[in-house]
Amino acid sequence: MTNSKTKLEDVNASRRGFLRASATAAGGLLVSLYLNKHATAQEGVKPDQIPPQPKKNYPPDAFVKIRPDNKVVIQVNRLEFGQGVHTALPLVLADELDADWSQVVAELAPAADIYKDPLFGIQMVGGSGSIAHSFMQYRELGAKTRSMLVAAAAARWKVSPDACRTEGGVVRGPAGQSLKYGELAADAARQPVPATVKLKDPSQFKLIGKRVKRLDSRAKCDGSLKFGLDLDLPGMLVAVVARPPVWGAKVKSFNDQAARAVEGVREVFEIPVTRGGTGVAVVADKFWPAKRARDLLKIEWDETNVERADSTRLFERYKQLARTAGLNAAARGDAKAIERVSPADLVVAEYEFPYLPHAPMEPLNTTVRFDGDAAEVWAGSQFQTFDHAAVAEVFGLKPERVTFHTEMAGGGFGRRAVPDSHVQREAASIAKRFKGTPVKLVWSREDDIRGGYYRPMHVHRVEIGIGGDGMPDAWRHVVVGQSLLEGTPFAMMMKDGVDSSTVEGVNDTHYHVPNFSVTVHHPKVNVPVLWWRSVGHTHSAFVMETLIEELATRAKADPLAYRRKLLKQEPEAKKLRAALDLLDEKTAAWRNRLPKGHAVGFACHESFGTGVACAAEVSIVNKRPKIHRVTVAVDCGLAVNPLTVESQFQAGVGFGLSQLMAGGAVTLKDGRVEQRNFDTYVPPYMPDAPVAVDVHIVPSAEAPTGCGEPPVPVISPAVVNALTKLTGKRYRSLPLVAV
Amino acid sequence: MAKYQLNVNGERREVSVDPSTPLLWVLREDLKMTGTKFGCGVSACGACTVHVAGVATRSCVLPVALLGERPVVTIEAMANDPVGRAVQDAWVERDVVQCGYCQSGQIMSAVALLKHTPKPSDDNIDESLGGNVCRCATYVRIREAVKLAAQKLK
Amino acid sequence: MGQSFSHQTAVVLALLEDTSMRTFTQRTRAAGLLVVALFCAFGAWAFLSGARAEAQRADRRAEGLAAWEQVYTVLTHPRCINCHTATNYPQQGEERRRHAANVVRGPDGHGVPGLNCVGCHQKSNADSTGVPGGPDWHLAPLSMKWQDENDKPLPSATVCQQVKDPRLNGNMSPQAILKHNAEAELVLWAWEPGLRPDGTRRAAPSLTHAEFVNATRRWVEAGTPCPPIR
Repeated sequence: MTNSKTKLEDVNASRRGFLRASATAAGGLLVSLYLNKHATAQEGVKPDQIPPQPKKNYPPDAFVKIRPDNKVVIQVNRLEFGQGVHTALPLVLADELDADWSQVVAELAPAADIYKDPLFGIQMVGGSGSIAHSFMQYRELGAKTRSMLVAAAAARWKVSPDACRTEGGVVRGPAGQSLKYGELAADAARQPVPATVKLKDPSQFKLIGKRVKRLDSRAKCDGSLKFGLDLDLPGMLVAVVARPPVWGAKVKSFNDQAARAVEGVREVFEIPVTRGGTGVAVVADKFWPAKRARDLLKIEWDETNVERADSTRLFERYKQLARTAGLNAAARGDAKAIERVSPADLVVAEYEFPYLPHAPMEPLNTTVRFDGDAAEVWAGSQFQTFDHAAVAEVFGLKPERVTFHTEMAGGGFGRRAVPDSHVQREAASIAKRFKGTPVKLVWSREDDIRGGYYRPMHVHRVEIGIGGDGMPDAWRHVVVGQSLLEGTPFAMMMKDGVDSSTVEGVNDTHYHVPNFSVTVHHPKVNVPVLWWRSVGHTHSAFVMETLIEELATRAKADPLAYRRKLLKQEPEAKKLRAALDLLDEKTAAWRNRLPKGHAVGFACHESFGTGVACAAEVSIVNKRPKIHRVTVAVDCGLAVNPLTVESQFQAGVGFGLSQLMAGGAVTLKDGRVEQRNFDTYVPPYMPDAPVAVDVHIVPSAEAPTGCGEPPVPVISPAVVNALTKLTGKRYRSLPLVAV
Repeated sequence: MAKYQLNVNGERREVSVDPSTPLLWVLREDLKMTGTKFGCGVSACGACTVHVAGVATRSCVLPVALLGERPVVTIEAMANDPVGRAVQDAWVERDVVQCGYCQSGQIMSAVALLKHTPKPSDDNIDESLGGNVCRCATYVRIREAVKLAAQKLK
Repeated sequence: MGQSFSHQTAVVLALLEDTSMRTFTQRTRAAGLLVVALFCAFGAWAFLSGARAEAQRADRRAEGLAAWEQVYTVLTHPRCINCHTATNYPQQGEERRRHAANVVRGPDGHGVPGLNCVGCHQKSNADSTGVPGGPDWHLAPLSMKWQDENDKPLPSATVCQQVKDPRLNGNMSPQAILKHNAEAELVLWAWEPGLRPDGTRRAAPSLTHAEFVNATRRWVEAGTPCPPIR
C-alpha cells in the first residue's frame, strides 16, 4: 500500500516518537515507543473513524526487556502467522542493540496503543507493511536501548560513554572492563531515554541483511508451540455455531432435544452472527460433543428477504456490467481512441475470477472469558485494534477493561484481518452466558469454507488497440467486483466511489499506454468479501501479465524485451526494471534450452512497493500443469532477512497457485456454497507446487518493502503463459478447470 | 462414555470418552497433547497425522473405539526417535516452517516415509507427503529437508 | 459400529448357505429328470442328439450370459469399481471422483508409506467420521482394472474375459471366483458400506449379496460365458 522511497540514512531517528523507560519490578529495562498522531494521517485514515483505543492497559508498555539472565525479550507489535516478523523485527532491534542473538526471545505483543502500526495507526498486519513500517521503529528502539546500557556502564566505570563499545550483549570499557547487558539492565532503566540516537551505518549491520534462521522453528517442529486453537485454560468450554445456509438468514425455530442429550453439552442457544443473521451456538466441555450435538440440531431458517447469490447468474450480470463504463479509476490520453481501432488491430479479452476462500491451516478460533466488569481474549488476530474493540462493545465494557492476547496463528492470508470482527463477536456473545468461564469458539473447516469473507468474484473486460509498432496504443479496461472497503471503517479511503483495491495493479500499472482508461463497477452482493493475500493484485496481475505476453507474442517480440520497452522509465518503474534485468540474467542459462514438451512463461508485477519478475518452466502431466522450475527476481529494497525473503517467495508462489487448482474456487448456487472442505475446495498439495524455486534479490540500500504478498501475483500468469505456449489456448477463466 | 486404555508414546493412558470420538480429539483435549493438529476433520490435509502401529494415520477420522490395542506415536515423541530427530533437525536447518501449523503432520508423514524408504526419490516424497496440505506452500523446502534428513541418516 | 461387521458377515453367510442348499436340491432334481429322459429316449437321442445338444448349449450360454450381466452391474457399481481403477489412484463417492488428498496406488495397491490406505480406512467402517473400512483395505491390482484410464467402465465383454482369465485374476478358477464373491471380506463390505461423513448411508449395489452370488454361480455353472468383444 505504501512505497517508501526513503533512503535509510535519510531517516531521522527521532522523527516519529520518543522513548520512555521505566523500571519493572523485576529490575528489567522497559522501553516504549510512543507514536505521534501524524502517522495515521499519512494513510488518509481519520483517527476518529477508528474505534476508540485503550491506553496501554496491558501489559506495561514495552518492547524490550533485558532479564538478569541476559535474555533479551522483544515484543513483536503484530501477529506472526508465517510471514516471519517474529524473527525479523527482533533481529532488526537486536542488531542496533548489539545483542547476543542466541539470547533473544520474541513475544507477540497484546493489543495496546503502543503496538499500533506506525503508519496505519492501528495494530494490524496487512499491506505487506510489517517490515516496511516498523523497520525504523525497531532500529531506533534497539539503538536507544543500547545507548542507555552504554550510559549505565559508563556511569559505573566513570568513563565517557563514547569510550565504550558494545558487541554480543556486552558493553566493553576503555580499560578492558566488560559488563553483560543483564548486569546493566536495572541501571539502564534509570537512564534518561535519548531524544535522538545515531543509527548504524548499513556496513555495520551484523544481523540485518544476513540469512538469519527463524526463532520459532524448533517449537513448530516438535509440537510444543501453542497456537490459538491449542489454548487450554482451566474449566474451559468449547463452542461451535450452526450458521445460516445463506448470509443474513435467521433462526425461525430449532429443536435441540437430541443435541442436549449428547453427554458433555452444556448449553444450546441462539446468537447473532454476521450480516444481521442469527445462528445456534452449542457449548460443551469439549469439541467433539459440541460438534456431534450441532449435527443433531434441527433448525428451520427464515430466509425471507435474504438475497441468494448464485455464481453463474452473477457472472452473467458482471459480464453485462463490464460492457458499460463504470466509475473512473484512471484516464490518460484520448478516451475515444479505442473506438477508432480497426478490428484487425483490436484485442478484446474477457476474464472471470471466482470467489476464493483463504482457508488458513489453523481453523478460525477465539477464546474469551467474561468476568462481568472485565474480560480476557486470546486470538490469532491480524487486526487486534478492531477485534479488541469489538469484544469490548459486545460486553458493553471500556476497551481498557478487556485484555487481548495475540496468539500465534496458523496462517491467515487476510482471513484474520476482518473489519467487522465477526469471529470475535460470536465468541464474545457466547462467553457472555458463562461468566467467569473461558469459552473457546472453534470454526470447523466446513464453517471456514462456507463462512464467506472470500476474495471477491471479478470480471475484467479489456479492449486493446495495437499501434503500428506492435505496442498497445489504446487500452480500455473495465473491472467488475465487490468493494472490499465499502461498509468498513476503511470506507473513507474510497475516492468518488472507487475502491482502489479492486483496480490496483491495473490503474497504477507501470506500463505506458498513451490512451488509457480504467473504470470499475462495484456491485452489491450478499456475500461477505475480504482481502486475500495480495488483494487486487490476485486478479489484476493475471489480466495484465497474460495480456502483455499475448501482445508480445502477437508482435513476435521477446517477452522480456517487450515488457522493458513498454515499461515507464525510472523512477516509477525502477524496481520492476531491476527485477526484470535480474530475471533475464538468472534465466539466461535455462530458458532457451528446455526439454521437449516444456515451455517457459513470464510475468512481472509490482505490489506493495516490491518489484517482482518471474519465469516458470511448465509441462503438462496428467492434464495438469507440472511446474518444474520457477525463477524469481525481486527488488524489495534492503532485504532485512534474505532467508525469509527467499522463503516467502519460494512458498508464496505455491500459495498463488491456489488460483489455478481445478478445485480452487468457491461457487454459490441458490445462495449456498457448493464446496465444504479440502476434498471439494482443493488447495495446492506438494505435487501441484513447483519442484524448485530459485529466488534472486536485487542488491539495494533503499528502505525495505514488503515480501508477504508480492510473491502471489506473478505465478499464475507466468504458469498460464507457459501453458498457452504448449497448447495454443488462452486461459481467461479461473480456476483452471481444464488445461 | 466408555473407558479406553491407550498406549501413547509408550505410556499407558486411560481416557473416558464417547466411542465415536476421533483419536485426534482424545489426544488434544483429553491427553492435552496439542502437537497433533486439527486441520480439516476429513483426512484431506494430514495435519493430524500420527503413527498407529507404525502406520502414518489420520487421527481425525479414527474413532477411538476402532483403535484397539495398537500403540500410538505422536509428534511429541519424535525428538526421541532417531529418524524423528533427524527430520526435525533437517527442518530447522532448512528453515522450513512458516506458520508451522501443518508441520507436525508433515514431519510425521516424512518420518513414516524415511522409515520405509531410506533414500526417497522426488516421486517418493511427492507421493508420501502428497496428502499433507501446507497452506503457506513451503513444499520446496519440505522436499529439501526430507532429502537432507535422509542424508543425515545414512 | 465396529462389532456389527462380523455380525453382518455371519448373517450374509447364513443366507448364502440357505441359498446354496436350495440350489443344490434344485440341481439334484434336475439331474434325476435328465437321467430318466436319457434312459427312455435313447433311440431318439441317437437321432436328434446333435441338434438338441446344440440347443442346450445355446440355452445354457444364454442363461450364463444373463447371469454375467447381473454380476457386471455389481462389479461396476461405485462400491466395487472405485478400487478397480486403471490409474494410479482410487476413486470415491457415487460419482466416482478421484480420491481426495492425492491418494495413490503405491507399489502393491496399499498406498505408500505416509499415505497408506489403512492410514484412514480401518478394519471396519468408521461411521462417526464417515470413512469406510474393511479388512486389508486396498486397491485391486491393475490386472483387475474394470475401467479405462479415463475412468470409464470397461465394456461387459472385456471385464468378463479379464475376470475369468487366471493370468489376470490372481490365478482363480471359476469355483475360486465364486468363493471369492461369496466370502471375500472386501466384497462383502459393498453390502454394508457404512455412513458418509454427513451421516447418510452409502449406496450398496442394486442386487443383494445373495443375488450376486447366485448370479455368479449361474455364470460359473454355465461355463463362464462372455459376450463377444466388439
